Amino acid sequence: MRRNADLIFTMSKPGRRCADLPPMDVPETTLSDRFQRKEALPLPEIAEVDLLRHYMELSRRANGVDNLFYPLGSCTMKYNPRINEDLAALPGFTDIHPLQPEHTVKGALEVLHLLETYLCEVTGMDKITLQPAAGAHGEWTGLNLIKAYHAHNQDFARTKILVPDSAHGTNPASAAMAGFDIVSVPSNPDGSVDTNALRELADEQTAGLMLTNPNTLGLFEKNIVELAEIVHEAGGLLYYDGANFNAIMGLVRPGDMGFDIIHLNLHKTFSTPHGGGGPGSGPVGCKEFLAAFLPAPVVTEKDGDIVFDDDRPESIGKVKAFYGNFLVCVKALSYILNLGGDGLKNASEMAVLNANYMMEKLKSMYTLPYAGPCMHEFVLSAEQLKKETTVSALDVAKGLLDYGIHPPTIYFPLIVHEALMIEPTETESKETLDEAIAALSEIYQTAKENPAFLHEAPISTVIRRVDEVGAARNPVLKYDHR
Amino acid sequence: MARYVPHTEDEVKTMLEEIGYSDLEELFRPIPQQVRLKTSLRIPNGLSEWEAANAVKEMAAKNTVFPVVLRGAGAYKHFIPSVVKHIASREEFLTAYTPYQPEISQGILQSIFEYQTMICDLTGMDTSNASVYDGATAAAEAMKMCVDKKRHIAMIAETIHPQMKKVLETYARCADIKILYIPEKDGVIDLAFLESNITKETACVFVQQPNFYGQLEDTAKIGEIAHSTDAKYILSCNPISLALLNSPGEVGADIAVGEGQPLGMPLSFGGPYLGFLACKKALVRKMPGRIVGQTTDLDGKPSYVLTLQAREQHIRREKAGSSICSNQALCALTASAYLAAMGPIGLTETAKLCFQKAHYFAAELTKIGFVSPFKGEFFHEFVTSCPSDSGKVLKALEEAGILGGLPLSNDLAGHILWCVTEVVTKEQMDQAIRIIKGVMA
Repeated sequence: MRRNADLIFTMSKPGRRCADLPPMDVPETTLSDRFQRKEALPLPEIAEVDLLRHYMELSRRANGVDNLFYPLGSCTMKYNPRINEDLAALPGFTDIHPLQPEHTVKGALEVLHLLETYLCEVTGMDKITLQPAAGAHGEWTGLNLIKAYHAHNQDFARTKILVPDSAHGTNPASAAMAGFDIVSVPSNPDGSVDTNALRELADEQTAGLMLTNPNTLGLFEKNIVELAEIVHEAGGLLYYDGANFNAIMGLVRPGDMGFDIIHLNLHKTFSTPHGGGGPGSGPVGCKEFLAAFLPAPVVTEKDGDIVFDDDRPESIGKVKAFYGNFLVCVKALSYILNLGGDGLKNASEMAVLNANYMMEKLKSMYTLPYAGPCMHEFVLSAEQLKKETTVSALDVAKGLLDYGIHPPTIYFPLIVHEALMIEPTETESKETLDEAIAALSEIYQTAKENPAFLHEAPISTVIRRVDEVGAARNPVLKYDHR
Repeated sequence: MARYVPHTEDEVKTMLEEIGYSDLEELFRPIPQQVRLKTSLRIPNGLSEWEAANAVKEMAAKNTVFPVVLRGAGAYKHFIPSVVKHIASREEFLTAYTPYQPEISQGILQSIFEYQTMICDLTGMDTSNASVYDGATAAAEAMKMCVDKKRHIAMIAETIHPQMKKVLETYARCADIKILYIPEKDGVIDLAFLESNITKETACVFVQQPNFYGQLEDTAKIGEIAHSTDAKYILSCNPISLALLNSPGEVGADIAVGEGQPLGMPLSFGGPYLGFLACKKALVRKMPGRIVGQTTDLDGKPSYVLTLQAREQHIRREKAGSSICSNQALCALTASAYLAAMGPIGLTETAKLCFQKAHYFAAELTKIGFVSPFKGEFFHEFVTSCPSDSGKVLKALEEAGILGGLPLSNDLAGHILWCVTEVVTKEQMDQAIRIIKGVMA
């Protein structure tokens, strides 16, 4: 039988049922007509077996870390241990109401408190909130702390956030969302932040600097101490974007580098699965002098008990209902307990080894614009290849699909033309890396011999390249039941 | 070597040698010594999987799982068909990143397209995004969509969830949006206040249906008032109630948002949940977050792809309307599997069961002197007074494995907000009444 992936709506037959419900066991009353829905509700009507088959077919058309090597730069697509899933599915976690009396959720509070403690230790921060739901949400929360700090000091002139030109797009977007103006800081020829430029830009209007270290080129900012001094001397604060935290666990801590605020992505560094685009979790940590501004409530110890403290008059407020993506926190805690402090460090070491191994093996073919050693990821450029063969970074990425490898992040960071950003992570074996290196070598050869083939790639996937321009020009964003 | 890392010691050596390093330490040369961590992390060494699991299981065991839940207030216990959990735990969905590569991500993209369709069908809107973090942040994003240079005042119903208010206030402060609360009167918003205070500077009118007290707002009338000055009308709604109640589209809403948790997500101590956000066609390009569109591939095959990305942070950077990238994709998948498993008949039955059971319980409570301060109609939540000490009543219920309603504060101190869903039986409600009577005796 031919497998198809028709839309679920086309499989619907009036009157067909999947779920059934408990019987009506109470006398009935009526709702006023004016409140009653008149519009039809065209949800699918489908049998359970067909519902499952539909999603099984969709799952065959989806690919996660469990299916293939996923060296998607800046996304830290490491293996997601199954034990974390099992533990987060315990009824003691899934079936508790967020507004239960505190004495009935002591275990949940313990999860939050212990995770916070460990995350403080690994980042060198004093206090952490687990409320933000994702990385960008964490950035915005962290920037609100910066705003609150300057407001607290009656220093209302500080309206500018400095952001390196190599930064993730979320950095300037989050800063703008928090009400700041953005000032771009140029990079040196070696890919690091230009300290002289920073010195000129940092002034009495500077609220802070957002930095990821290692930066988006996968390079450690060697001048971090000096950068921190420049910003602090100008009266600004230092914000650490934790997207690249997988490189440095147990090796160096943002708190020791001079950062005042950080966010982490539990769905990257701490192995919780990405779910096809969430749920994530973006904890925000800070130094003690900023702790009063954290979103309420915070988890705290009081008379030997772990409790929520909602009495936070200086708090920036709430950034999300309740306490964050709790089950994601359970998974991250399970991961930390399994790895331990020693294991976290080893994870970072192996992540860095894997990245350097791939980088060294590939740099004779694809251009390495900034020399290593790199940290957990590296950026190659297909610019030269494109000039010589017409094969672009996009073509290389699409070519990899035919090898059953997820492509790297492409066209980012913006400062590298035809960028290929590769992050292998620590959970990949030498054999897997060698296979990917071989695939990229073959693609390189193919580019020289038969570039047209790569313009057509991929050829083995369920669909070929899609018409993205058409999709944006004539948006079809839902099924038309007619 | 630590868990989940495949390298043998020999391999580490070989790899280092092949790339010209003598040891691992040399790889970390770029990190200045003065900031290097010289000691071990004060985190205990790794446990075996069995030990780690036991440690976490012990924490889970310290939480009380109530067999009967009569509390809602933004998080609702519903029946979740087994098939929904099985679908959402498929590893291809669970362990994938955002579907940037459409050729190998059609399954995820199609599931989001189906989700968008179902949310539009529920709400009567034209377009839905792929989800935001939760109901409260969906509300905040919707508010931001309505503000421009001329209109910077958001009129927000005093009767919305208190946590949603706090989140709206945080977002509003950042965007220089002025919030003007529409006061409560008889459990719903004061329409006269809305009518006399709405101006050409009002960006939006924001209302929750049913509201925090479970009461039904006059959403059709509110829509008329909002549109009288061309303000946008945002309705935050409980998705299950929409099988029974007017859709936001029917009452003229421009944007529909809500907490999607009731659609197949367990209570989970508050998250992960699902923020849904849908709007009329005219506002599509102001919508935050991922959106999936249908298109074709090179061979003309129907295909799905992330689209309208010119709105988003990775393209527009500081000019983007929102910085959101990761959202709640797996929760959205859960919601669409739930809606498909329920179908129109199942969802309507669920809504009716909630409605009828809540009304039964309210009537039984009235008989023993728990009076509602409000006279309006409600869906599955309602407020009552408590003739006896509410702490004692709730404690007695707790001891019988029943999570009673939420004790309210401020003006409604001494009152309780109750919720009844389809998973509470008449027998359990009768038992709750007996226990409460026992306390009062």
